[in-house]
Amino acid sequence: MANYTHFSYLLHLADNVLILGQRNAEWTGHGPALEQDIALTNISLDLVGQARNLYAHAAALYNEMDSGAKALVDHLLPRPWKAFGRELQEDDLAFLRDERQYLNLLITELPKGDWAFTILRQCFFSAYQKELYNQLLQCNDYQLAGIAEKSLKEVAYHLRWSSEWVIRLGDGTDESNRRINNAMQELWPFTGELFTKTGLETDAAQAGIVVHLQGIKDQWLQTVNAVFEQAGLTVPQTTPFQQGGKEGKHTEHMGYLLAEMQFLQRAYPNAAW
Amino acid sequence: MNFLSHDIKAVDAAQIWPILEEVKDPEVPVLSIIDLGIVRDVVLENTEVGQTIRIVITPTYSGCPAMETISMDIRLKLIERGFRNVHITQQLSPAWTTDWMSERGKEKLKAFGIAPPHYKPQVCNMDLFSDETIQCPRCNSYRTELISQFGSTACKALYRCNDCSEAFDYFKCH
Repeated sequence: MANYTHFSYLLHLADNVLILGQRNAEWTGHGPALEQDIALTNISLDLVGQARNLYAHAAALYNEMDSGAKALVDHLLPRPWKAFGRELQEDDLAFLRDERQYLNLLITELPKGDWAFTILRQCFFSAYQKELYNQLLQCNDYQLAGIAEKSLKEVAYHLRWSSEWVIRLGDGTDESNRRINNAMQELWPFTGELFTKTGLETDAAQAGIVVHLQGIKDQWLQTVNAVFEQAGLTVPQTTPFQQGGKEGKHTEHMGYLLAEMQFLQRAYPNAAW
Repeated sequence: MNFLSHDIKAVDAAQIWPILEEVKDPEVPVLSIIDLGIVRDVVLENTEVGQTIRIVITPTYSGCPAMETISMDIRLKLIERGFRNVHITQQLSPAWTTDWMSERGKEKLKAFGIAPPHYKPQVCNMDLFSDETIQCPRCNSYRTELISQFGSTACKALYRCNDCSEAFDYFKCH
C-alpha cells in the first residue's frame, strides 16, 4: 500500500484493546469466583493478543514508509525508541509512548471499579467492537481486515459473556441492580466518544479505511437495548459528553495505568523473556 | 499442498508434513499441529544458502500463548532432522476455525476427556444467547450444562454432565 495515513488509526485501534486488556487484567486473582476470574483473564488475553497484531502491523507499516511519510507521524513515536537505532517493533509502540501519544477511547482507561462496572464496560465495548470490526472487514488494508476477521470470533464470546452478566446483575438482587445502575450512570457519559468523528477517521478514510460511525451507533444501540430489555434496565436519556482520548487527551487515571504497565520496559529497555 | 508447481519440490514438501505431525499442541498434547489445522502451507524454496523451508501457520486465538512455543517446537523438530533454514510466518486470514481440525484429532480429543467441537457447528454465529448442546466425552450423555464459557485455555469452555456428574472441558466451536 502506498498510503500510510491510517498509521494513527491503527494505533487508536491497538490502544483501545491494549488499555482495556490491561484494566481487565487487574482482576486476575481477584474475580468474584474462580470461573469468572478465568473468564476475564481470557478476555484480557484475547484483547492483548489483538493489540499485538495491530501494533505489529503498524510497526511494519512505519518501517516501509519513506522519510516524508515518517516525518508526518514522528509525533506519535516513542521517544526512547529513537535512541535504539533499529527498526520499530510492536513492544516499542505498546510500552514506550508518552500519555499524550495514546489514542484510546476514555472509556477503556477508567479504573476497573466494581464487578458491575467492569461487566458493563466490557458489554458496551464488545458491542461497539463487533460493529466496528465488521466494517473493517471491507477495508482496503488486507492485513487490518485479516486482524478484524480473526478478532471478531473472540469478540462474539466477549459480548455473549458480558451481556449475560449484565442481565444477571440487572435482573438479580436489589444490590446487584443498584450496582449495575450506578455503573451505567458513570459509564454513559463516556459512550459518545465511540461514535464521534475525529481526525483519526478522516486520515483512515484517506487510506481506504472507511468506517460509518452512525451505522455503528445504530447497531450498537440495538444490541444494548436488546440486552437491557432482558436485564430490566433502560438507556439513559442524557447526552454523553466526555471525549478527548482519540486526540490524546486523557483522564487523570491514564498516567497511573501507564506507570504500572510501562515500568518494566522503561526500567530495562529491550528486556525480553 | 497447494501452489507447488514443481514435482521434485512436491516430493520434498511431502516429507515435511509427517515431521510436523510430531509437533504437539503444548496445551492439548494429544493433538498434533496438523490435527489442529493450524499449518496452512509448507513451501520449499531454493535460495543461495540452500533449500529453505517456509512454514505458514495461523493462530487459533489472537492472544494464544502456545503459538510461540509451537513455532519453537517446529524449528527444533526440523533441526533434529537436519533442516536448518526454516522460516515460520503467521497468517491471520482466513481466520482459523475448528472446521479445520481433523476428524482423527476430534476422536483423540474425546478419548482424552475433552469434548470435541461439533462436527456440524450448531451455533458458531455472532448471535447473543444461542446455546449449544454438548455431549459428555465420558458417558456420551447430552444432559450437560455450561459452567463457564471460558476454561483452562482460550480455546476451551467448562461444562458439567448431569448424568455422570463429571466436569469436562469443551473445545469451543470457533
